[in-house]
Amino acid sequence: MVGKMMAAIIEARDLVKRFDGFTAVDHISFAVEAGVIFGFLGPNGAGKTTTIKMLTTVLAPSEGRLWIAGHDPVKEPLLVRRAFGIVFQDPSLDGELTAAENMELHGVLYGVPRADRRARVEALLRFVGLWERRDDYVKRFSGGMRRRLEIARALQHRPRVLFLDEPTAGLDPQTRNQIWEFIRGLCRDEHVTVFFTTHYMEEAERVADRIAVIDHGRIVAEGTAAALRQQTGGRTLEDAFITLTGHSIREADATPVDRMRMMRRVWLGRR
Amino acid sequence: MNAVYILWLRQLKRYFRSRARMIGSLGQPTLFLLALGFGLGPTFARAGHGDYVQFLAPGIVAMGILFTAVFSGIEIIWDRQFGFLKETLVAPVSRLKIVLGQTLGRATVALIQGSIVFLVCLAAGFRPAQPLLLPLALLFMALIAIMCTAIGTVVGSVLQDMQGFQLIINFIVLPLFLFSSALFPVPDLPGAVRVVVQLNPLSYGVDGLRGVLTSGFVFGVATDFAVLGGLAAILLAIGAYLFSKIEV
Repeated sequence: MVGKMMAAIIEARDLVKRFDGFTAVDHISFAVEAGVIFGFLGPNGAGKTTTIKMLTTVLAPSEGRLWIAGHDPVKEPLLVRRAFGIVFQDPSLDGELTAAENMELHGVLYGVPRADRRARVEALLRFVGLWERRDDYVKRFSGGMRRRLEIARALQHRPRVLFLDEPTAGLDPQTRNQIWEFIRGLCRDEHVTVFFTTHYMEEAERVADRIAVIDHGRIVAEGTAAALRQQTGGRTLEDAFITLTGHSIREADATPVDRMRMMRRVWLGRR
Repeated sequence: MNAVYILWLRQLKRYFRSRARMIGSLGQPTLFLLALGFGLGPTFARAGHGDYVQFLAPGIVAMGILFTAVFSGIEIIWDRQFGFLKETLVAPVSRLKIVLGQTLGRATVALIQGSIVFLVCLAAGFRPAQPLLLPLALLFMALIAIMCTAIGTVVGSVLQDMQGFQLIINFIVLPLFLFSSALFPVPDLPGAVRVVVQLNPLSYGVDGLRGVLTSGFVFGVATDFAVLGGLAAILLAIGAYLFSKIEV
């Protein structure tokens, strides 16, 4: 048991999350080994984001246990937070600050020593191609640039795990490819374990070492992309995904944040 | 402590970079000062109360702080909408430090805004009776700023979206301002109104400021100080608690 926990950098056991009688995550268990790129796939409302929220200390599980880098997100949230970096589904930068200021703010919040910070920020911003734009306001950045900045920011405190919740949603194919290249390069150089969600099956197929498919709050399949194809007899991962999760379209209620996002789109005419 | 500082600094940067906001929130107090100050001035003088601008100015300074401070709570909603809140909530920093840095930052902005309103008042002819007491006036302004910003934190933590804010203006900010003795002297008031004014925390801020600037406390400097300080602390605690309960 101890040996297993040492190898797995993320582990969930019988994880459950209920909201007012609705079970969003229903007794799921999985383990992600260190250094792996792990794809967590599922239709809308399947429980992906709820699971990520529990893994990242934002939501407390109703039942079950979790370990991130050997720490329990419920009991040791600050240690867990130090151990991971996250790129959220929606942008989480301050547009009124420059790229460098966003990086600095993160570095200070995460207690990155000042001496280390400067070199680290420069290296990361150079890597994602934003060093020349470091003093520009983030509100002037394109969607792809923001994403790259968020990835650089998430890695600043040298996390052991990087969570990416639909990191390429809404981006054009060129930018998506570029983002994944950055992520793969960074994982290699930084030895980070990556846990990501996406709706683009061909991305998951290409990038993920292992994949888990979640539906209705339960993990319905787990393995390599090839294994999932084989298991379902599908030609592509997308075929396998549809076989596993069915054809019905999932509707999720809009949250207040979604409504505000809509208002912003209407007001500002952009996303 | 670094976390508190960097979040405080962020609020100041955002303020100085948004000139529209700075000028926009100066408009209202300036209008009140000019329209009421000069419009009601002659009537006020005839009633034997002296120079109305002299009386009104401390109230207008308090108003400038109140509006800026409470509205700044909208930044919490804004941060939630634009996603930045999540970045702070998953940082390895206690929520208390986050809310403290942010609230102090917004309070500092409100204090600066109040100081600019004070300069506007000087330009309109206001003269402090004892310029040497200005540091004490600044202290009262700071207390008003912290108290009102904490109200903003409470509101911003509870409201999910922008729609509710109009309600807050009508049911919190305007009553606080109108029944604060900012516009009229307390001693002559009819009983019921007087009670309302005495129950209004902002009255003690206005009284403290007016007492220091134009010599003449109604409640007394110690009472003003105690009420403001106590309420600022309590509201900060409530704001911090509600902020810590935000789920994203």
